[in-house]
Amino acid sequence: MRLAISHITRYSYSTPVPYGVQQIKLYPKPTRGQAVINWSITVEGATQEAEFTDHHRNHVMLFSFDQGVTELVIHSQGVVEMADQAGIVGPHEGLAPLWLFQRATEHTRAGKGCRDILRSVEGDSDLERLHDLSARIHAAIVYETGKSEIAWSAEDALAAGHGVCQDHAHVFLACARAMGLPARYVSGYLRMDGQDEQSATHAWAEAHVEGLGWVGFDVSNAISPDTRYVRVATGLDYTEAAPIAGHRYGVAGENMDVTLRVTQQQ
Amino acid sequence: MLGKTAGGLFWMARLLERAENTARMIETGQRIALTRAGSGADDWLSVLQAAAVAYGYQQKHEEVLPELAIDWMLRDPDNPSSVMAVVTQARHNARLVRTALTHEAWEAVNSFWMLLKVALARKVATRDLPKVLSLIRERNALVRGSILGTMLRNEIYDFIRIGTFIERADNTARILDVKYYVLLPSAAAVGSRLDNVQWDTILRSVSGEGGYRLAIGPDVTPMGIAQFLILDKRMPRSLNFCCAKLRDNLNYLATDYDLRMPCHQLADTLCRRFMSHDVAAIFDYGLHEYVQEVLGHLSKLSHQIEIEYRFNG
Amino acid sequence: MDMFDEMQGQNGQIRSPYATFDAWLSDEDAARLRAKSREAEDLFRLTGITFNVYGRSEAEERLIPFDIIPRIISAREWQRLERGIEQRVCAINAFLHDIYHRQEILRAGRLPQEMISSNEAFLPQMIGMMPPGGVYTHITGIDLVRTGPDDFFVLEDNARTPSGVSYMLENRETMLRMFPELFSRNRVRPVSDYPRNLRRSLAASAPVACEGTPTVAVLTPGIFNSAYYEHAFLADKMGVELVEGHDLRIVDGRVAMRTTRGYRPIDVLYRRVDDDFLDPLNFNPDSALGVPGIMDIYRAGGITIANAPGTGISDDKAIYSYMPEIVEFYTGERPILQNVPTWRCNEKESLDYVLAHLSELVVKEVHGSGGYGMLIGPAASKKELKDFERKLRARPGNYIAQPTLSLSTVPVFTKAGLAPRHVDLRPYVLMSPEGINVTPGGLTRVAMKKGSLVVNSSQGGGTKDTWVLED
Repeated sequence: MRLAISHITRYSYSTPVPYGVQQIKLYPKPTRGQAVINWSITVEGATQEAEFTDHHRNHVMLFSFDQGVTELVIHSQGVVEMADQAGIVGPHEGLAPLWLFQRATEHTRAGKGCRDILRSVEGDSDLERLHDLSARIHAAIVYETGKSEIAWSAEDALAAGHGVCQDHAHVFLACARAMGLPARYVSGYLRMDGQDEQSATHAWAEAHVEGLGWVGFDVSNAISPDTRYVRVATGLDYTEAAPIAGHRYGVAGENMDVTLRVTQQQ
Repeated sequence: MLGKTAGGLFWMARLLERAENTARMIETGQRIALTRAGSGADDWLSVLQAAAVAYGYQQKHEEVLPELAIDWMLRDPDNPSSVMAVVTQARHNARLVRTALTHEAWEAVNSFWMLLKVALARKVATRDLPKVLSLIRERNALVRGSILGTMLRNEIYDFIRIGTFIERADNTARILDVKYYVLLPSAAAVGSRLDNVQWDTILRSVSGEGGYRLAIGPDVTPMGIAQFLILDKRMPRSLNFCCAKLRDNLNYLATDYDLRMPCHQLADTLCRRFMSHDVAAIFDYGLHEYVQEVLGHLSKLSHQIEIEYRFNG
Repeated sequence: MDMFDEMQGQNGQIRSPYATFDAWLSDEDAARLRAKSREAEDLFRLTGITFNVYGRSEAEERLIPFDIIPRIISAREWQRLERGIEQRVCAINAFLHDIYHRQEILRAGRLPQEMISSNEAFLPQMIGMMPPGGVYTHITGIDLVRTGPDDFFVLEDNARTPSGVSYMLENRETMLRMFPELFSRNRVRPVSDYPRNLRRSLAASAPVACEGTPTVAVLTPGIFNSAYYEHAFLADKMGVELVEGHDLRIVDGRVAMRTTRGYRPIDVLYRRVDDDFLDPLNFNPDSALGVPGIMDIYRAGGITIANAPGTGISDDKAIYSYMPEIVEFYTGERPILQNVPTWRCNEKESLDYVLAHLSELVVKEVHGSGGYGMLIGPAASKKELKDFERKLRARPGNYIAQPTLSLSTVPVFTKAGLAPRHVDLRPYVLMSPEGINVTPGGLTRVAMKKGSLVVNSSQGGGTKDTWVLED
């Protein structure tokens, strides 16, 4: 299946920005079952300064704000050929050791909430337990947009009882790591069935299972990723896999507007 | 050179100059008090005004008392422009630009600060005041001397000089601004003894009483004072002298960098528009208005230099 | 305990490196020396060689006490130390490269995985990053202690931002100014080349993006940092700019400094800012000391950061206890310099031993530095021991313990004449793709209190000029 993606992120600022940098991880990752046919990233209002592959093998670009801009627009678009892998990403690759993915982060520290969930998790194998975990988190945290905060930790989301895909992924990571399994955060695109316009980018989780390698879990939709899921960036949590991160000088307020289309070509 | 370094040099020089000017103002105030019975609040108020620290003083004290005024100007921790505060700031800037200064220049600034800290550790008794004031002057002279004697004549030196002359011009203009009314022809017509004292004050506050006699003559007149303090090119604290030095040092930078910017234009304008008249024309125009405009121009120039040589960003 | 005095030896016989000095000293008048000692202090204060004590206002710039009696090391003694230091620094650099690449030492089972995986100083952002020229530790300080004529031990490796080198240089300048005659009688190897060597070494580590002569700069946290004097001093002596985070921006794919003529690229940044504060975009977002995006430029080959980020993993005290294995693993040689025997409190048997012998041991925090949070058993009160025992039981993995070494002494000049005081030694090592350079000598730190073993300046320690004699 071929997916054509057009992702436009438009930032507007209340006053001109004197200086700042924007770090962009928007290039789909080389992944089994996911081939980039073509891809381009252009930014209006900023100049490209660096490009490299990071320790998670993400393609990273750094831009600096052009002086005094009040608007910054990031266009990321292209075509990706997807093949079904039944949610299995495959063996671990790269220099980052697997144990790194067992490290808790600020966002994924397991506390009482996670431990409560873990106590009830059932299954005969790691894989079964992870599926059960995913289902239990899905039930514990109602998907609801506009009410959670980006800085929430896994425990914050569990306490609130609602959240978005980021919160689902964080809780999953916290629990999987508490189970002793390496786990990582994935940010990417999802084509929702029957609709071209998507409200936002998506996030899910992957855990490393002996014998299978990395396996994906989309807690928010209670399934494992299929051909509609395009992997873009990975990391230990949101902060490492965020598609766009920035640091600005000055006092301007920021407003962000996203236009995202994921269309099926064949 | 880093923009921050240029800024540090500029401010170090400005603040050292300010410390010296404030010390001179205190000396002047003290002089009036000693030479004239019944002098008091008004004289010290104008001293505070000329040193640009009257507002803060009045926030803290209701009454203007000599002792309090002196302490305010020298060392009151609530006064960010006290000599102690200003020298501490100057030394802070010198530390910031330590790499741009010679060993001697840095040590002169540092020892000035160290000695001053001891001298101003507690309230200065009247009988010790002359000693403290001369310490400030002498130490400043030592700093100036070591800069003059050991520093390369390059951009570093230029920024120091620019800071010095902006501050000095600003100081002289402020003294004129506070006292302009005693120089007006209408005041002179009164011809009272009071005016003589006032005139004397003005000259003393720029260390100009001897210079005036040499340059202008024995008769102290308002015109003569204005001529001396504004236009006399031989007088190192006159507006004309300072502005010419400012322009020169900015021009050295322009040549060095091969780049003329709006601040150079502004310095030229300052010299051309304000320093090329005779003193009668200035009185015709209005001394007060004239001084106000010069002050405005100086502050604009200072700001422009700060931006164009990237002191802060 | 038998105390080894480096001047008097163990039997009161003046040791040979000190012979010439001792002859000079016995002709000296105590009053003159006292005056010289005061003169030295004035000199330091005037030059501004002060440090700011943490948590105090700028007004409290303090002077590190300087003692006028030099610490003297013979050519033969130094030769062995130098070889040992070189070996150790090579091993540390190789270890860092390995840890941030294939981690062969973990695969080989020579270092337990948790030593790295549970270590806060391990910086994932450095995984797979090859620093320009393969150099991680451009500047290292190796802390040595001595217990006998031939017994030197490494106490600590400082691979982040070792400080104190300005004191090494200023101490020598001061001695040269005050006692020129001493230097005509003794052939002392010079240390004054250090700034030039440092600059050369840094320039040789320039990134590929560098065009022409490399531009070097020193990054300081600012004027209120305790070591600001040293930052300014080194920038001054190297003839390079001293910059702060807010002087820097990313321009044309490089880290550039704001000059009076616009932004100019920096090739090599000698940073005296900790990893966590280096880049608010990639590390601590609240840091106002760093440069947002500098890690991205670094990873893309646009700048050299010295020392490389993530070197802290090698000077961690838990890793320290494995240093003999590390040296052997990467150099294939036996370590020339010994480690102090170390108990790792995260191991049950070690913890039991440490708890049972607390009053004899020195216990240190694994990640601590500057002598903070440390217990010196023999000097501690009953209550201090009890308190520390609680801390140890609560977080054993946070501590290591070492025997209380009988550190060597060197005399200091006191009002009552010469008196022995404990010392350590921090030699400074420069590394570049062109090779390793160890400055002869280093900084001798001396505990100014009688019997004290704490030499840290933050705890009232002083310094001495350190002489390495020519053959």
